[in-house]
Amino acid sequence: MKKEEVPQDKSALEKVTRELMYVKNSDGKYTTDLSTGWEVKKEALDNAWDDINERVKEAALAVKNGERSPVAYFMELKLMDLAVLSGYTGFWGFTIKRHMKPNVFKNLSENKLIIYAKAFGISVDELKNFKG
Amino acid sequence: MPQEFKHHQSAHCENGVATSLLKYHGMDFMTEPLVFGIGSGLFYIHIPFLMINGGPAVSYRSMPGWIFSRASKLLGLNVTRKKFSNEEKAKEFLEQKIKEGIPVGCQVGVFNLPYFPPEYRFHFNAHNLIVYGKEGNDYLISDPVMEKVTKLSEEDMMKVRFAKGPFAPNGHIYFPENIKKVSDDILRRAIVKGIKRNSRDMLHVPGPIAGVSGINFTAKHIRKWRGKLGAKKAALYLGQIVRMQEEIGTGGGGFRFIYAAFLEQSAGILKDDKLISISDEFTKAGDLWRTSAVQMGRIYKGRLDEQKYYDECADMLNQISAIEKEAFKRLLKLDLKY
Repeated sequence: MKKEEVPQDKSALEKVTRELMYVKNSDGKYTTDLSTGWEVKKEALDNAWDDINERVKEAALAVKNGERSPVAYFMELKLMDLAVLSGYTGFWGFTIKRHMKPNVFKNLSENKLIIYAKAFGISVDELKNFKG
Repeated sequence: MPQEFKHHQSAHCENGVATSLLKYHGMDFMTEPLVFGIGSGLFYIHIPFLMINGGPAVSYRSMPGWIFSRASKLLGLNVTRKKFSNEEKAKEFLEQKIKEGIPVGCQVGVFNLPYFPPEYRFHFNAHNLIVYGKEGNDYLISDPVMEKVTKLSEEDMMKVRFAKGPFAPNGHIYFPENIKKVSDDILRRAIVKGIKRNSRDMLHVPGPIAGVSGINFTAKHIRKWRGKLGAKKAALYLGQIVRMQEEIGTGGGGFRFIYAAFLEQSAGILKDDKLISISDEFTKAGDLWRTSAVQMGRIYKGRLDEQKYYDECADMLNQISAIEKEAFKRLLKLDLKY
């Protein structure tokens, strides 16, 4: 990439930082330059967020319809998957999957609820009372 | 001593931590491309069946931690690494190092990193930064992807050092030891060894998923995605590839430019002009990685949706694979002297 081709598009990094890139100067030698962002990347990121928001909405609806427990919703909301949630809670993936069933969730001990609430960074009440 | 530490911005976090720490210990000649090249950082791997954020898992560089370790070893230094199961012990150790006035690298998760914009805060646990001092309750932070130094409170520091999930840092802290003067001879030898190892890694790693053949592996999958997954999911997968490739702190296409810069710098140090023309090949590969990202972008933006456009992306990857294969073959054949 040549120095004059460094993209200076808008991005979420605005006002936070610029990215360093290795580019060729007019003598054909490598140097570094700063970029504010690149539209192609911004759109990939926007797309990923659209997908996340859609998944969160679906999870909320599933809770509302009584198909899944709040654990499923907050996992999506906090961008987690089973591996990450398992890391934060110490529960196995299949245990978490069970806790995503509303009638299993209903009978979870206070202790387990505290563990989930802590992993999600919310209060036990918020977790218990989420209705979708 | 904190006031002596100088912040250097870099394209990639691990390179940057390594470069800054080595510079701090008196290696003024150290640059990000040199660390990356000597550490044999350029790689490609597409891990089948593994999903990251619901998309394919591809990586454009070698395993986290390897670049610094390999580079240090070839330069005759040791990198001391520590991980902790106890959070308090991890904190004590960090405080101790700060008291001794030794800047240290820390592996952190970015989900709770407050100075990152929310849009970038995923559960990605292989980010690296330097702690070079403390002021009151705040650690002084040199994050290599940031333009300026920043700070982290004790609470935030604990959260990011003990983020959980894949690649969980477990308080991972590291710093170079056994530091001695690196002679020109050692540097030249390190460069040659680094080049040879990187060429072997990219050309001769067994199996279809890694090295130059790994790029073709991804290409093969891209051709199938639209038929197998439907247009929407296939487009999301492409978006994921672009994010892995070009996002801040990962810089996949960018890694090719760093490697090209490394070869250019090495040509000067080894006094071997043949490296320049091979450097140009990596620049070409980097440019093509970016062109492929643009093409993928057209698809996930929804402007293009036909199988032939996916095929065009895959063709570009095949082309990149061929260029890199040829370039590394030429590198291996060079009779580099040190």
